[in-house]
Amino acid sequence: MILLKMIMKNAFRRKMRTGLTIVAMGIAILAFGMLRTVLTAWYAGVDASSASRLVTRNSVSLIFPLPLAYYDKIRHTSGVRAVSYGNWFGGIYISEKNFFANFAVEPRSYLGLYPELMVPEKQKADFLRDRRGFIAGRKLADRFGWKIGDNVTLKGTIFPGDWDFVLRGIYEGRTKTVDETMFMFSWDYLNEGVKKMYPSMANQVGFYVIGVADPNLSAEVALEIDAMFANSRAETLTESERAFVMGFISMTEAIVMVIRIVSLVVIVIILAVVANTMAMTTRERFGEYAVLKTLGYSGWHIGSLIMGEALLITLAGCLLGLAMTYPMVRFFTTELGAYFPIFYVEPLTVWLDFGVAALVGTAAAIIPMRQAIRIRIADGLRRIG
Amino acid sequence: MQDPSSIVEIRGVSKSYRRGSHVVPVLSDITFDIARGEFLAIMGPSGSGKSTLLNLIAGIDRVDTGTIVVGGEDITSLSETELARWRAGNVGFIFQFYNLMPVLTAFENVDLPLHLTGLSRSQRREHVEMALAMVNLTDRMEHYPAQLSGGEQQRVAIARAIVIDPVLLVADEPTGDLDRKSAEDVLNLMDRLNREMGKTIIMVTHDPHAAERAHLLRHLEKGVFNST
Repeated sequence: MILLKMIMKNAFRRKMRTGLTIVAMGIAILAFGMLRTVLTAWYAGVDASSASRLVTRNSVSLIFPLPLAYYDKIRHTSGVRAVSYGNWFGGIYISEKNFFANFAVEPRSYLGLYPELMVPEKQKADFLRDRRGFIAGRKLADRFGWKIGDNVTLKGTIFPGDWDFVLRGIYEGRTKTVDETMFMFSWDYLNEGVKKMYPSMANQVGFYVIGVADPNLSAEVALEIDAMFANSRAETLTESERAFVMGFISMTEAIVMVIRIVSLVVIVIILAVVANTMAMTTRERFGEYAVLKTLGYSGWHIGSLIMGEALLITLAGCLLGLAMTYPMVRFFTTELGAYFPIFYVEPLTVWLDFGVAALVGTAAAIIPMRQAIRIRIADGLRRIG
Repeated sequence: MQDPSSIVEIRGVSKSYRRGSHVVPVLSDITFDIARGEFLAIMGPSGSGKSTLLNLIAGIDRVDTGTIVVGGEDITSLSETELARWRAGNVGFIFQFYNLMPVLTAFENVDLPLHLTGLSRSQRREHVEMALAMVNLTDRMEHYPAQLSGGEQQRVAIARAIVIDPVLLVADEPTGDLDRKSAEDVLNLMDRLNREMGKTIIMVTHDPHAAERAHLLRHLEKGVFNST
């Protein structure tokens, strides 16, 4: 108990030094937490992907379409429970800075395959009834202040022209990892427009989403589908939804690697700062440690004083950092929501923050502890006076 | 053969320090006994080895050769951990610069050695209050060292030294940092501890006035006693 009191009081004997160290630790935890949150956002699509869904696309590239005629063949493949399809639309709302993901999908089957997109029943029925209807994620609707019944026009980039839509439903994610910034409308509406403007591009889809009856047989189903279209004009590549999303992320692997390295660098820098503080603190208190030893306190008692102080400082910094992380994440969500639709501090990040604080505190205390434990009492006492 | 009247028996103790490549002898073949209940003063010029001898007797430094037996325990054969435990229960220390913990109150400073004993909280409180009463500082027990005068701090240090009821009290220049009046108070207190409580005291001092208060005075010069 007395040691605990000494740890608390010792930590704040040099208020300025301890305060600055805590602030530095707080900023490091903020940086670490933000970088971790960016990584979480990066992999959010992977986390949200389902093991029971496959994605089939043109084996050459995602930009090449597949015939709609494949639908029936895929639907009747053994092990396939449901099939939907869609196209990346790539429309712009007013200006390019208002970026959000927008797709044309076969609405009934798509919503059936994605139960995590929760749309109120009435809105869902209205959406299915209206060919010009679209559904938007809650965050997207909030971002632009859209309300049910609002007319929204997107300027097509892949499919040129102004495309008019009516908001029929707003979906919310069943979990935090569901992207609530998407815009989805009826594929039939797109296809009708394409038939008029570019008849040769009609009845083509960008991708198929396949629901499998047994996730354990996904690989066999994927092989069977691809074998079915081998040597055709549009060969397919079928992979799990997770692999499909990972394919996008792997294109930015270098950025992910840089983020990971910067996270490590942040930890190393703060370790040096805290270690310096602890080294100075311990050097100043060698005399006191010698007195404690004289009174019969063991090296481990002295060590626990130093370790306790280091952990107190780093954990205080961790709490400060966490207190700054949440408002910062809120700010990022508001300002960069278009680029990171799923941006939240996951519980693992909080645990890692505490882990980093404990690790830094422990590592920073090791050398000072060793010095204090090993110092001879007579040498320590000579430093007094 | 142990003399029952001796509390400290020193036999052939030598000690040297290494300074770079040089070995500096500090104590050479010291042999003497200290009787139970003695108040011994050790004087000598700086570098004569008196503080080193005190540290060896108190078990805070190690002999190169020889043995030291205190209260029947050969402390030169103890491990570091055993020695720490022995110090905690047998030796009270009084330093020149008081060496109180600045973050603890007078009460807590005196309580510090008792945390290593098996005493309950209430028993510790009783011991601490008794020790502080003995040095006449009951009314200052909640004060921090920075709020006390030098003399008061040294009295707190004495209370901390006696609170464990040690076999031996060792004092290294206990009046060296005090004004005349405070020094007199501290010496009176040590005298009382010796006379009324029978504490064996070994005091190292430069101050002839302090040394006069001891019953026995020994001079150390260049690592050997030159008179008794």
